[in-house]
Amino acid sequence: MSTTPQTLFEKVWRAHEVAAERADTPAVLYIDLHLIHEVTSPQAFTVLRQRALKVRRPQLTFATMDHSTPTRTEQVFGGAPIAIEAAARQVRELEVNCAAFGVELLDLRNDRRGIVHIIGPELGLTQPGKTVVCGDSHTSTHGALGALAFGIGTTEVGHVLATQCLLQRKPRTFAINVEGRFPAGVGAKDLILSIIGRIGIGGGTGHVIEYRGGGIRSLDMDGRMTVCNMSIEAGARAGMIAPDETTFAYLSGRLHAPRGEDWERALEHWRALPTDPGARFDREIDIDASTLEPMVTYGTHPGMVIPIGGAIPERPGDPVFEKSLAYMGFSPGQPIKEHPVNVVFVGSCTNGRLSDLRLAASLLRGRKVASGVQMLVVPGSQQVKREAEAEGLDRVFLEAGAEWRESGCSMCLGMNGDLVAKGHYAVSTSNRNFEGRQGVGARTLLASPLTAAACAVRGRVTDPRELM
Amino acid sequence: MEPIRTLRSRTAVLPVSDVDTDQIIPARFLTTTTREGLGKHLFADWRYGPDGIPRPDFALNRAAAEGCAILVAGNNFGCGSSREHAPWALTDYGFRAVVSTQIADIFRSNSLKNGLVPVIVDPDTHRWLLEHPGAEVSIDLETATLRHPAGEAHFPLEPFARYCLINGVDELGFLLGRETEIAAYEGRAGIQ
Ligand code: SF4
Repeated sequence: MSTTPQTLFEKVWRAHEVAAERADTPAVLYIDLHLIHEVTSPQAFTVLRQRALKVRRPQLTFATMDHSTPTRTEQVFGGAPIAIEAAARQVRELEVNCAAFGVELLDLRNDRRGIVHIIGPELGLTQPGKTVVCGDSHTSTHGALGALAFGIGTTEVGHVLATQCLLQRKPRTFAINVEGRFPAGVGAKDLILSIIGRIGIGGGTGHVIEYRGGGIRSLDMDGRMTVCNMSIEAGARAGMIAPDETTFAYLSGRLHAPRGEDWERALEHWRALPTDPGARFDREIDIDASTLEPMVTYGTHPGMVIPIGGAIPERPGDPVFEKSLAYMGFSPGQPIKEHPVNVVFVGSCTNGRLSDLRLAASLLRGRKVASGVQMLVVPGSQQVKREAEAEGLDRVFLEAGAEWRESGCSMCLGMNGDLVAKGHYAVSTSNRNFEGRQGVGARTLLASPLTAAACAVRGRVTDPRELM
Repeated sequence: MEPIRTLRSRTAVLPVSDVDTDQIIPARFLTTTTREGLGKHLFADWRYGPDGIPRPDFALNRAAAEGCAILVAGNNFGCGSSREHAPWALTDYGFRAVVSTQIADIFRSNSLKNGLVPVIVDPDTHRWLLEHPGAEVSIDLETATLRHPAGEAHFPLEPFARYCLINGVDELGFLLGRETEIAAYEGRAGIQ
């Protein structure tokens, strides 16, 4: 037996090699869990039909609808038609494809439906040591449970449907060591935003990041998922966190988690997954969580980010930077705090889980959303919605004057018509502030749920610690 | 896929860094259920004004950019979502290669599967190309070399990807051919 210390990533990778990579061919990697949704799957099913292929392992494939689905209750449950015709067509096509190929679908009215990256872990489908793929870049989220999880394109969705395998070159490894305690008002979102600010949006290209250290272990599963979710915003293939007791406690009893003897066997396997002492990473950086502050983006990619008390940087002679600031309507040197806000969005696969909603509600309780500000709270799944309602969080949001919707991607990408108007400023707990992401001409400021709620109350960019 | 050995074209230059997939093809055009016809929405929010009329100042709307099959973009191209609609829009528009100093992983993988060659060049070559829109450039896949009037540069091209491009091999066929090994793996792993 080899005694070379291995990283978490290497262990999972090796265990899934149908064929190891060679100089002239990539590895053939087996996929344990394939999640599909309505936007990136239709063309893959078309290829299966053209080539008369079946879905090789329907029982390892699960479908949901999230990207283009409505969030208004009357359109989801009331029988009102889906307002956007093209979205309705995609939803129908997914229903037809799943029925024809024997894939389980959590359809629009299913009480387990939700954003694909929320429901995988929530249903216990995502487990430590598994390989998980989906035609969506934020598949990196699932790495928080110690899975190797990454986004793929539609052609690859077809490959996995037909063969349950992918051709992949082995990525390099990147350790991000987080030590120290998070200060009050600062959390997982602020950590990942500051990491992206530090290494840049291409900084993780070609790498799988492992987030390690006491700072990471102190996070609950929801926070760990927030961190892994945005690995892709740093350009990384995937983000991973070693499974520990927090992971096992989270998974225990979930719908698809192993039970009884199977659970014991699984635990034994999962406990062997963490990176061995002395294992080498291709790259490493250290972060001290105790020095972090609430972070907010000011530009048109997630790497353009500053502490909320900071000023927008000055980069004279950089036309790309100037263009970005012009789009945002900001000037170099200007403080970002106190800038007026039109819309606040709490939701998405980054921050649409129960802990996120609790954080937002904690600041809104007994307060009102500032007049003239629209606040949209969209739970990440129907289960999150039910759990939040059981705790009365929906009442907190509604009484504050926010809207409480059915689950879905919603304003994260605006495919379903939940859009930010041209020129308006949206503080959003999602993951991308690209030009036009939330609507043509929309200006997005990415922040944590706490910061977003604080901005909603004041109608201005606000440090949440001022309201705590 | 059509085999590609060499590409020869004038370049269209889009001197913008960090072009993300939301710019290449905005989300509202992802509601299609086919691969075709996305070229008209390529860079939609930059290419057209609010009235739907092409903006004369956008690089691809200039007469000189017409018919160019090689796109030279600023640093770090294709970050963001995994939407394969991005390379579909670029190829439907007529591009066969994208040149930058860094190309995001998923976009690069998607491009290779659609006959769009991702070409990563050194900063000097990149600067020369940015400064010379419309230059006659050739891209030789056999040797992974980009040649321009003032020089040449090698670019990284994974051997298997090169083999697939040159021979027009599709990966699905290759994977289907590995059935015995896949079945053996499933046997070992207890997957039925
Ligand atoms: S919430 Fe946003 S980032 Fe997440 S899967 Fe949906 S569209 Fe993608």
